[in-house]
Amino acid sequence: MSRSKLAITLIAALLLASLLGVRFGSVPLTTGDVLGVLAGGGDDVQRDIVMRFRLPRVLLGMLVGGGLALAGATFQALLRNPLAEPYILGISGGASLGAVSVLALGLAAWGSWTLPLAAFAGALLAIVLVFRLATATGQAMDVRVLLLSGVVIAAFFSACIAFILAVSPARTVRSAVMWMMGSLDGATWGSVTLTAVYTLPAAAVLIALARPLNLMAIGEETAYYLGADVEGVKRVSLVIAALITAAGVAVAGVIGFVGLVVPHAVRLLVGSDHRALLPLSFLGGAAFLTSADLVARVAMDPAEVPIGVITAFVGVPFFLLLLRRSMSRA
Amino acid sequence: MRLDTRDLVVRYPGQQRPALDGVTMHVPAGTIYAVLGPNGSGKSTLMRAMLGIVNIQGGEALLDGKAIGSWDRRGLAQVVGAVSQSETISFPMTVREMVAMGRYPHLGPLEGEDDEDRAAIRNAVAQCDVTDLETRDVTTLSAGERQRVRIARALAQEPKVLVLDEPTSSLDIKHEMAILELLKRSVESGITVLLITHGLNLASRFADRMLLLSEGRVAAEGSPAEVVTVDVLTEVYGWPISVDHDEATGWPRVTPLRG
Repeated sequence: MSRSKLAITLIAALLLASLLGVRFGSVPLTTGDVLGVLAGGGDDVQRDIVMRFRLPRVLLGMLVGGGLALAGATFQALLRNPLAEPYILGISGGASLGAVSVLALGLAAWGSWTLPLAAFAGALLAIVLVFRLATATGQAMDVRVLLLSGVVIAAFFSACIAFILAVSPARTVRSAVMWMMGSLDGATWGSVTLTAVYTLPAAAVLIALARPLNLMAIGEETAYYLGADVEGVKRVSLVIAALITAAGVAVAGVIGFVGLVVPHAVRLLVGSDHRALLPLSFLGGAAFLTSADLVARVAMDPAEVPIGVITAFVGVPFFLLLLRRSMSRA
Repeated sequence: MRLDTRDLVVRYPGQQRPALDGVTMHVPAGTIYAVLGPNGSGKSTLMRAMLGIVNIQGGEALLDGKAIGSWDRRGLAQVVGAVSQSETISFPMTVREMVAMGRYPHLGPLEGEDDEDRAAIRNAVAQCDVTDLETRDVTTLSAGERQRVRIARALAQEPKVLVLDEPTSSLDIKHEMAILELLKRSVESGITVLLITHGLNLASRFADRMLLLSEGRVAAEGSPAEVVTVDVLTEVYGWPISVDHDEATGWPRVTPLRG
């Protein structure tokens, strides 16, 4: 598939998923209603549904999905590990520990911002710990040490979480588990704006580093020989990818699968040139998570299916299909 | 461009014995200079020192008379092309994309390929006989094909100096000879080649001069006829050998004997 064809397909899918995402829910709207509201018309109820609830949710889905896919593609290139995903450096563990602590201590009652803030702080703690470990020897940052540190830190955090959950009442455990499965339920214009201001410039920096990332994906030694500023690119892009992930996990919990599979799907379709891979992964992640959220809301209405369940249910068969197609072609 | 080292010392952190211990070599521009020696004798370290990716503890390493450390990374990559022993490719990419990466040091951050870049890529691809593979996925190539693609990438840099670490170790006779002939032709066009190899016979046939390393020190240096001698090789490799000359071609021929 050509790059431009995939880009057009993904943009179309994203627009369609967004429109349907705003239309469907406990109160269905027509396309006319939605367009009416967006043009400044519509009645109060419609306005409220679209502007206060569904539109922010759709936009947050785009930002988080795009950010996770972009971060995943970056980690895969830098760690030269096809199994790398955005949470590989223990970021989900740190964020979960923050969120679970807030829930267990009853701090969520202080305001809706406490949980995302604690989750973000936990994610940052994980990032700082992992990077400190990987650079502790004073030598250049070794990505193998980084990976190992991430795994070990994540294990430690999950032990902390297990301990907190073991001594918490059932209600807390349930809300903690629901949070850890991920949801876009808490979307507000505030969280959308914050995430956008934070994610979009970071995404632009990563995409601008696409060419050195191409070299890094082959190997650091080769990247050196070809004239790349290996240490600089590694530090900047790892930290940015980690921060994007931290923002995503703070506002939407742990949503698996997007960051792992979307970059691979894009790679299978258009190859590994990061100049195409990174922007297309962002688009793909945005379209994928927006669609998944739509399904999560309407599949068992009025109950909501955890979005991570949908991303895996839809993503796995789709990815296996792509994989089989590319295998039979090779 | 010429390459020189003077009393070069490289010691890896935590290692007792220096990897390179006072190595001096002079590689004139436009020659093939072969570096040989047993495993662990410091061949690859010498290459890495010439590419500025290991710290030098003593002596100096010079490219074109300028200390390697004073070259900036990009400027160095514009004049030195390097092929390491191996690289693991984890993601699919086409041969064309792989070779095009050789243009990286010549392009600005957001600059696209122009006609000159495309010509350099086409030329490199043709020289390494991988034109037919251009659209193939690198991960599906044989070891020999992949090696030729990596050499093509280094040539796409349009380097003045080529540094290769055992470039023909996974190639069959035809492709090994094709690469060595290619290096010979490159040298004729003015490129300097630093060739790290285990192949005594081919090195003595293609190289203008040879450096034989043993435990980080220079065991012998000179023309192939001076270096490829029974006494020196038996001592350095710790294995009895004989040296004769091929009747048809007159080239030296090293044969390992029984231990």
